[in-house]
Amino acid sequence: MRYQLEGSQAIAKAVALCRPKVVCAYPITPQTHVVEGIGEVVRSGELSDCKFINVESEMAALSVAIGSQATGVRSYTATSSQGLLYMMEAVYNASGLELPIVMTLGNRAIGSPINIWNDHSDAMAGRDSGWIMLFAETNQEALDLHIQAFKIAEKIGLPVMVCVDGFILTHAYEPVDIPSQKEVDAFLPSYVPTVSLDIHKPLAIGTMVSPEYFMEVRYLAHQKQIDALQVICCIGEEFKKQFGRNSGGLLSEYKTEDAEVIVVTLGSIAGTIKDVIDDLNSRGKKFGVISIVSYRPFPADALKDSLKRAKMVIVVEKAFAVGIGGILSHEIELIMKDTEVEVFSIIAGLGGRSITKPMLQEYFLRKKYEKATFLGLKKKIIADKYEVRSCSNQEGSV
Amino acid sequence: MFQVRIHGRGGQGVVSAAEMLSVAAFLEKKFAQAFPSFGSERMGAPVTAFCRISDKEIRLREPILEPTAVIIQDRSIIEFSDAFQGVINGGFVLINSPVDVQNDLKNVTVKCIDATGIALEHIGRPIPNAILLGSFAALTRNIGIDSVIEAIKAKFAGPVAEKNIAAARIAYDKTVEEIQCGTS
Repeated sequence: MRYQLEGSQAIAKAVALCRPKVVCAYPITPQTHVVEGIGEVVRSGELSDCKFINVESEMAALSVAIGSQATGVRSYTATSSQGLLYMMEAVYNASGLELPIVMTLGNRAIGSPINIWNDHSDAMAGRDSGWIMLFAETNQEALDLHIQAFKIAEKIGLPVMVCVDGFILTHAYEPVDIPSQKEVDAFLPSYVPTVSLDIHKPLAIGTMVSPEYFMEVRYLAHQKQIDALQVICCIGEEFKKQFGRNSGGLLSEYKTEDAEVIVVTLGSIAGTIKDVIDDLNSRGKKFGVISIVSYRPFPADALKDSLKRAKMVIVVEKAFAVGIGGILSHEIELIMKDTEVEVFSIIAGLGGRSITKPMLQEYFLRKKYEKATFLGLKKKIIADKYEVRSCSNQEGSV
Repeated sequence: MFQVRIHGRGGQGVVSAAEMLSVAAFLEKKFAQAFPSFGSERMGAPVTAFCRISDKEIRLREPILEPTAVIIQDRSIIEFSDAFQGVINGGFVLINSPVDVQNDLKNVTVKCIDATGIALEHIGRPIPNAILLGSFAALTRNIGIDSVIEAIKAKFAGPVAEKNIAAARIAYDKTVEEIQCGTS
């Protein structure tokens, strides 16, 4: 049934429909409404047989989820920004232990300076952690991806992080279709653990691995991620078949068939980009958009297949690696290096800076692109800062 | 696309107003998207919220730069912010004020209503959001008053809902009457 709901509430409903047995909650903006929403359905009895655990930190939130998942029950938590950094040790442990935990990441910038608004710095800090990472463009996708996430996680035996743009999606009211419990039950069977901790049958997990075996463990972890590509595709297809919505899979393509320029991005900004390119295409341009749904595993082959048809690729990314530049654009450059396709990067929307249609349109219509551009950078502020610096230099050290 | 920007202060239900407006549009089988411009989640701080209404699916995620209508829940905002910025030709500005507000807007319908006064009388608290939505329905004709009332019911329960509905209806009737009489 369709409802007009806040993104966080839609995610909370989706998670509840997946019947987790343990939900670990610790508040951090902009994710807080998600766990609050789940808390409400647990309290009201709508979600029965679920332990809602208020923990003392993000580190505890994921550690408790690891503990409960290891005993064989479906477990969930959510976080944002500094919260993800604070739990990072547990993030690597969860994937290393191959525990199919699902976590929502309400994407937010990382301090310092402190900033509560949206960008993808937090997700990028977790990109090598071994988690499967899915990005939602709309709240409907966020809802659908959470339902798929539990199935993907349990099928492959890895944790899944569903990345949802903080505020832009988490706090936006949009129409969403919420499936019935019966429909979700038919899609997502009960969790049957392969290994679980049981005091009556003692066993140890996460024991030390010596140099003789560690490389092999990491290699197998990589292979498992690569295998997950197929699983993500299949479950996306299965979801589409049952619910009629194409919200999963590896990539979401828009007007790429005969595009000369393909814009690649992650998350909600794809919507604005689609509006911009529709305007441009109506004036004779040939633009297309790909939003990457599965960022980890990275769908290198699928992406390359689509991108090699274009002349140019523009990557719009809401994060960057200080000291080198774009992150997603570097990954795409790597897969396109043996082709003629040129890759350009726009760093945009850091710390919640608005990305507007006019800004994107102006960039897309440029005659020449620079390798990397900070979109909407206030050059006056930068110049003033440099001036102050050079003035103080002239004074010399005291 | 009909785009609404709502300005007010923390505690006045600015975000809830955008939410209710989007629910009202949703009930009329339109596509709607409401979102806040957060940052200062504290009582009294300036807050802006947005609502887009369209017959087509809404993909755009930028803040509303060229609103069809602006709702000012607290007129003290006007003094230090560019609350009227970008209002389109033929657009609307609805201000919570017992007296007319000076402005240099051209080709924009400006309407003032003492929403706080109505709120204090009928709700007992100075929360003007539902009242302004009642007036908005009359002023713009973009949304039906019945849908606004249903949206208030979806947001609040019991006496709070009843009082807000009564107050929104009063504002709606008053605005209809004043428009017919040609007074602002």
